[in-house]
Amino acid sequence: MAWVWFHKFGSPPHFYRLATRLTPWVAWPALLLGLAGLVGGLGLAPADYQQGDGFRIIYVHAPAAWLSLMVYVVMAVSAAVGLIWRMTVAHAVAASCAPIGASFTALALVTGMLWGRPMWGTYWEWDPRLTSELLLLFLYLGYMGLRNAIDDVPRADRASAVLAIVGVVNVPIIHYSVIWWNSLHQAPSVMKFGQPTMPASMLIPLLLMLAAFTLLFAALLLTRARGEVLRRERQARWMLEALGGGAARGGPSAKGALVGPSP
Amino acid sequence: MSAERASLASAAGLLMARDLRLAVRRAGDSLLPLGFFLVITTLFPLALDPALSQLRDIAPAALWVGALLSSLLALDLLFRDDGQDGALEQLALCGQPFAGLLLAKTAVHWLLTGLPLVLIAPLAAIALGAPYRAMPGILAAVLLGTICLSLIGAVGAGLTLSLRRNGSLLAILVLPLAVPVLIFGARATALAIAGESLAAPLYLLAAIAVLAATLAPWALAAAVRIGLE
Repeated sequence: MAWVWFHKFGSPPHFYRLATRLTPWVAWPALLLGLAGLVGGLGLAPADYQQGDGFRIIYVHAPAAWLSLMVYVVMAVSAAVGLIWRMTVAHAVAASCAPIGASFTALALVTGMLWGRPMWGTYWEWDPRLTSELLLLFLYLGYMGLRNAIDDVPRADRASAVLAIVGVVNVPIIHYSVIWWNSLHQAPSVMKFGQPTMPASMLIPLLLMLAAFTLLFAALLLTRARGEVLRRERQARWMLEALGGGAARGGPSAKGALVGPSP
Repeated sequence: MSAERASLASAAGLLMARDLRLAVRRAGDSLLPLGFFLVITTLFPLALDPALSQLRDIAPAALWVGALLSSLLALDLLFRDDGQDGALEQLALCGQPFAGLLLAKTAVHWLLTGLPLVLIAPLAAIALGAPYRAMPGILAAVLLGTICLSLIGAVGAGLTLSLRRNGSLLAILVLPLAVPVLIFGARATALAIAGESLAAPLYLLAAIAVLAATLAPWALAAAVRIGLE
């Protein structure tokens, strides 16, 4: 009985309506928190005594790196839900996670490299955390590649779900093996700053940005998942009703209009 | 209960005997990855100065990149023929635990493509300038490493079973997952060449092998079933 809400979640019309209603509730707080975090981080926080203003890139880098991992876990969990309970909506969510996660991973890599230029004197250092971000990007690309290569949607769903679960078991092993590899190659060097003793004026904007990025991910995920559900259910009757009859009758042209991201 | 368990063992034994017999009749196929490995390890010295001291520094990298790529190449042999002629479907339908049968198939695959690598890798390492006393260590590292690579690679091969041209996709699926094996294997080889204790990376390789042998068959069975539908 208590599981009714869970199974209702698996119904595409229900999910579509819920996602449509929820999107503004996460998108607006994301925008507001992000603005507050940027003002606090770029304006109000004091410059670091060692790194000067260069450290401020942490306000983009750290949230992106945090999300790159979290999105993978969300993807694997929803893939597992889709595999176990045969829920197409969960597969649609997993499919929508991959490009978002890959983008956050790429953002974390690029900002990490930009940060590395003044701090390490080079864009690319074989720093363990940057290296494992790069491997994470490869995992995302493999997932998207496999999904792309299989034409049949249900089969692509299930094959990529198995891959996501195998990947999420491997992510910690890869991460710690890379740390172990690097700690034997070179002594820990420049990255010895702002350990737990970060002053509140620096920490609060960082927390705001973490919350803003997480909500931004939720908004992006809901929007993409809606698009994914639209694409999968484009023949369904509820879809035509939900979109108000006339617009949806026109076949491919109407489909093109539907898939575009709605604000 | 015990009868059923015995029948899985005998079914797996029959399957392994069949796979081995087929492989012996087409011995060239299973030897190709070995040749590939030797060619790769020959290319490294040619791309460098032929000074032996420099070769010794890159020997672990050359060995393990070679082992990784040749195991990737060998994956093509694992399910291709059985997938095409319907033998895999028979195995999936025969009532035995599918994961167990696929583990037996993967074991044969390792015997045919992993074990030759284990035997030849110490020789290749010596050709790259490693001292003779490094041989047992390298043998142990490659033994554990190829077991991991066969198991991880089998999952990738299962996932790409239904695809026609899967070479580069298989590489991007499998290689990131094989990174820990590469790191610990190369580290163990480097320690063996330096004459130091290589227990730590060997234990970690053994841990990965045990974890892979425990979990990979289930993922493999799920992947192959999806590919067969």
